[in-house]
Formats: sequence, structure tokens, C-alpha cells
Amino acid sequence: MSIPKETLLHAYRTMKTIREFEERVNAEIMNGQIPGFTHLYTGQEANAVGVCTHLDESDTIISTHRGHGHCIAKGAEVSGMMKELFGSSEGLCKGKGGSMHVADIDKGILGANGIVAGGPPISVGSALAAKIRKNGKVAVSFSGDGSVNQGTCFEAMNMAVVLQAPAVFVIENNFYSEHTSINYAVGCDDLKARTEAFGFPVFVADGADFFAVHEAAGEAIAHARAGNGPAGVFAEQGRYHGHFVGDPQAYRTEGELEDLRENHCPLKNFRARMAETGELNEDELDAIDAEVMAKIEQSVTDAKAAARPTAEQVTEDVYIQYNATA
Amino acid sequence: MPEKTMRDAINEALHQAMEQDDSVFVIGEDVAGCSGSGGDVGSVGGVFGVTGGIYHRWPNRCIDTPISESAIVGAAAGAALVGMRPVAEIMFADFIGVCMDQIVNQMAKFRYMFGGKSRCPAVIRFSAGGGFSAAGQHSQAMYQVMTSFPGLKVVVPSNAYDAKGLLLSAIQDDDPVLFFEPKILYQETAEVPDDMYTIPFGEANFVREGDDVTVVAFGQMVPKTAAVIDTLGEEGISCDLIDPRTTSPLDESAILESVEATGRLVIVDEAPPRCGLTADIAGLAADKAFSSLKAPIKQVSAPHSPTPFSPELEAAYLPDAEKITAAIKATLA
Repeated sequence: MSIPKETLLHAYRTMKTIREFEERVNAEIMNGQIPGFTHLYTGQEANAVGVCTHLDESDTIISTHRGHGHCIAKGAEVSGMMKELFGSSEGLCKGKGGSMHVADIDKGILGANGIVAGGPPISVGSALAAKIRKNGKVAVSFSGDGSVNQGTCFEAMNMAVVLQAPAVFVIENNFYSEHTSINYAVGCDDLKARTEAFGFPVFVADGADFFAVHEAAGEAIAHARAGNGPAGVFAEQGRYHGHFVGDPQAYRTEGELEDLRENHCPLKNFRARMAETGELNEDELDAIDAEVMAKIEQSVTDAKAAARPTAEQVTEDVYIQYNATA
Repeated sequence: MPEKTMRDAINEALHQAMEQDDSVFVIGEDVAGCSGSGGDVGSVGGVFGVTGGIYHRWPNRCIDTPISESAIVGAAAGAALVGMRPVAEIMFADFIGVCMDQIVNQMAKFRYMFGGKSRCPAVIRFSAGGGFSAAGQHSQAMYQVMTSFPGLKVVVPSNAYDAKGLLLSAIQDDDPVLFFEPKILYQETAEVPDDMYTIPFGEANFVREGDDVTVVAFGQMVPKTAAVIDTLGEEGISCDLIDPRTTSPLDESAILESVEATGRLVIVDEAPPRCGLTADIAGLAADKAFSSLKAPIKQVSAPHSPTPFSPELEAAYLPDAEKITAAIKATLA
């Protein structure tokens, strides 16, 4: 399948943006600039971008606690996200949500989510709305290998089939649900078969390979968009950081992280593919790198200078309208 | 007496209960940690390190689970129904949202619905409360909600000494117990005996004793309020500070006797105000000690809002020394 040059440029730029955003967030956490609990997506960039290049603004995604990559891939503004992580009132969520709750409803981003498998049922609702409105939209839920063992995930998958809703379940297997291996936490040997047993097709991809994810997601999304009910994507790719920033990662084997960074890097793989096909040249990619670095730097500068929230904002936005008597 | 953190005190209680009674077991997400991986299985001991070292001593009784909170609580409830004494860990109290049915419709009601013919000696432990900029889904107290369900016993320790004694009571208790550990206090130390000891449920602790105002506080608000009361002491204001320690059962008589003596009542909790513990205890005093009251009861709580992320917002959200001081002084105005 040939991918237009504009899409290739966009895909590389977005993956690089996610990579540099996450690495900078990690550094700013170490500097004490970003509070709270933060979970980094570094290494898994091709999953988000491979999926979201098939979506337009009115398709929806819902994300996870490890949500920065999904949000960037779906078009969330980097500067607003960085401000949010810094806790500024100018952040995308006015400093109310932080890393685990980045959202931009206007861009079809129904939010990062702090509850494992909190997203899939909500995504079924978005898919159901698309079905009722007959508008050809799809609803994608990203969730991790840990999510597949939650009842909410099972319920969402089954109901999407029952309702024939255009829901796409993207399961990102990074091999560890928090500190526990998928080898332990998923009881069956064949998770793809278990998922397909709900009654929808699942397309598997190497999450280190943008082109593989792009192809698998393309099939799943086309299936759902065409009115054939839900579909699934399994993307396998390890995360480069711990479950959260500060995780000592005792579950890793020696050399595992080095191997991941060295031999399973979506950005390196993308560049190698371009060198092979000649679709994009090195100068074009280097220019994107420079542009992204400048953008991330600017986002941090902006975040540090951005307004801080004030006490009276605590009770704003709990409701649209609420006539309290007190 | 040795100083221990609340984390270590709870950990010690778990080790001692496991030693004493082989029907006790620990179950939850990453309570051992690294299961199925090439790493060091058992080395995590829960995300807050509270179950550390248990797997290495009792690998069959320290059970990692998938991320499946309903099944964790249900498994604890079921094992308890047939005679085990499980201590399940739910990583954050907020995840009660995922497993509410198993707690409130199942384990809470077995004994009553079964005509008193069952016992469910399960303990569910939770990290709880705010102070970490962990936002709306990882900061809630939740114990005030769970206190409303008949059939559950609810424990909220405010220091390492109480945490150990209360947890050992919880494990020995034949009813289901929810044990909420204010996570901001895990690193706080107190003198904690090495030996096993229990603290009975329904027996409040008088953290401070005074004549002018009765102050009731819960969990992480107890040390915060104690500091305020010490400062007010320098101004000549003396307060009773009551830490109920268990919200169900609640030591009503300790609160009422104090209110009868002081005539003034302030209640401090970190949860939002509606249908919470501050309102609950204000109602108790209004009902049973009205004639003793010399001033309106004051409640200090979070506002009717989710917990915000930004540190400035969370600082404004949680009750602080200024608000607690103002409430105490208001009863004396």
C-alpha cells in the first residue's frame, strides 16, 4: 500500500513530537517541574500514529493513563498539553486534570483515563452515536494489555458486537501491566483468539513498525467504518520507561531496555524504511527533527511562563450550571 | 520504643498475622510484583511497598492478580466465606468505582441476607486521599462513602501506631473490614512496638485534651489538626482532638461526652461535604447534644468538587491550617 508523501511527513513529525515530548517531560519531572503521577509512552509512538493517521477530527479516540502519545497523534496541541502537565490554568484542561486526564473534545479526544479499561465502554457510546447518526465515523479506544482482564473491557467488546457499533479496540501490548508480565496476567495462550471469540476480527502488528500498525489499523478502521461492526488491533511494542516515572522496573531482564531502544525503535525503523524506498530523504527528516525540538523547547518555555490557577477556580467546571443554596 | 513509618508498621502487622495464622493471605495487583517476568518476583510488594517481603516468605500466600478489581474483591469475599482470612489490596481507593458491586452488594450483605449464618472475615486495604497532585481518579478519600453501607466496618488510621493495631484487629475481625490508608502518611513515623497488639474498633483516640472546643478529625487531617491545636494552645485556646479511628463502628459516646463538656464542635475531613463524615457527626451532635451547644457546629471539608490536579488548586481544595483555625475560632466568637 502506497502512503502519500504528506502522510509520511506527518507520521514522522508526529512520532518525533511524541518522542521528544515524552523525553522532555521525563526530564522536567526529574527537575521537579511536573507534579503528580506520569506514565510515558516513549517507544510506542507508532501505535498511536499508525492508528490516528486513518482518523479525521470528528472520529473519536479515548485513551489511557499513558495517554500523551494518543492525544498528540489525534491533534492535541503540544503547548496546551505541556501547560496542562505543568499544572497551569492555561493548560488544555485548565490544570484540573494533568497528565492522566488530557482531553480535547473538539478534536475528538475523549480523554486520557486514569482507570484501567475505563475507556472502552465510553468508546462504545461514541461508536453507537456514529451508528445512530449514520455519519460513517468510528470510535477508537486505546487500552493496554492490562485492560483486557477487566470486566469493563469484556463488556464493551461484547456490547459493541451486539450493537454492531463502529468501535475499534486498539490493544497495546507493552508486555507488562504495571509490574506484572502479560505471561502471568493473561490466562490463555492466545489473546488474539480470545478477543476474536467476542465476534470481531483482530489485526496484529509489530508496534515498532509504523507501516505495520498503519496497515493493520487501516483494515480494522475500514471494517468498522463500512458498517461491519467492531474490529480490533493488537500492537506489540515495549515501553522504554517504567510503568510510571520513578518505577525501578525490577521486572526487566538484563539488557531488555537497551535491546528495546536499540532494536525496536519506531523512529529508527521509519528512517531505515525511507532510506530503502527513497520516499523521504534524510534532509527532510532532519529538518523535521529540528522543527520538533524547537517546538518542544518552546512549549516548555511557554509552560513555565503560563498563568497559575487560583483558589476560586477549584469549584469552577464541576457543573455547567448548579444552583447551590449555600 | 522503635520509630517506624506507617508503611513499615502495616507491613509488620501483615507479616505477624501471616506468621500466626496460615488462613491469612494477601492478594492484589503487584502485591508480590514481577510475576511472569524475567525479573525478581516478589520484589515490588505493592506500588506503595506495603506488602514488601511477604512473597519471599510465603510465596503461596502472596498472590499477584491481573488488573481486575471486581475479581480481586470477589475472590477475597469468597475465600472469606469459606473460612480464609484474606487481606486484599486495591491500589487506590478510587478504584472502588470498579469493584463497588462486590463490596456493597455482595460482601457487605452476606451475613444479613443469609440470616446470620455466614461470616466474611475479609479485609480490603486501600491507599486513600489527596496531596499528591494525582487528580480526580487517584486522590479520593472514599471512606466516607463506604461508611454509609451497613455490614462493612471502616477503618481510617492516622498514624503508624494505630495502623498496626487496627490492621491486626481487622484481620482478626469476623466481619468484612475496609481499611483506608491515607497515602500521604505512609512515610510518617511513630513509636510502634515490635510485638503484636490490637486496637479495638469503635474506640476513639483523644489525640489532644482540652476544655474549649471539641475537634473531630479523620485520617490525614488528624496530624494537620493537631498542629493547629498546638498553635492555638499558645494563644490560650485548648481543644479536645478526637480521632475516631474507625468510622463504622463510630465511637459516638466519646464525641458526645466531649461536646457536652466543651459545648463547641468542629469536624475536619478531607472529603467533599455532602453526605460525608463532617455532616454525619454534626448531625449526631445536633440530635444528641443540642442542649450542650454554645455555638454553631463548624464543618471543615473539601468543597463539593472533584480533586484538582494542579498543586495550587489541590492546596486550596484540601482543608489547611488556616481553614481549621478559622473554624475553631468561629465557635469561640
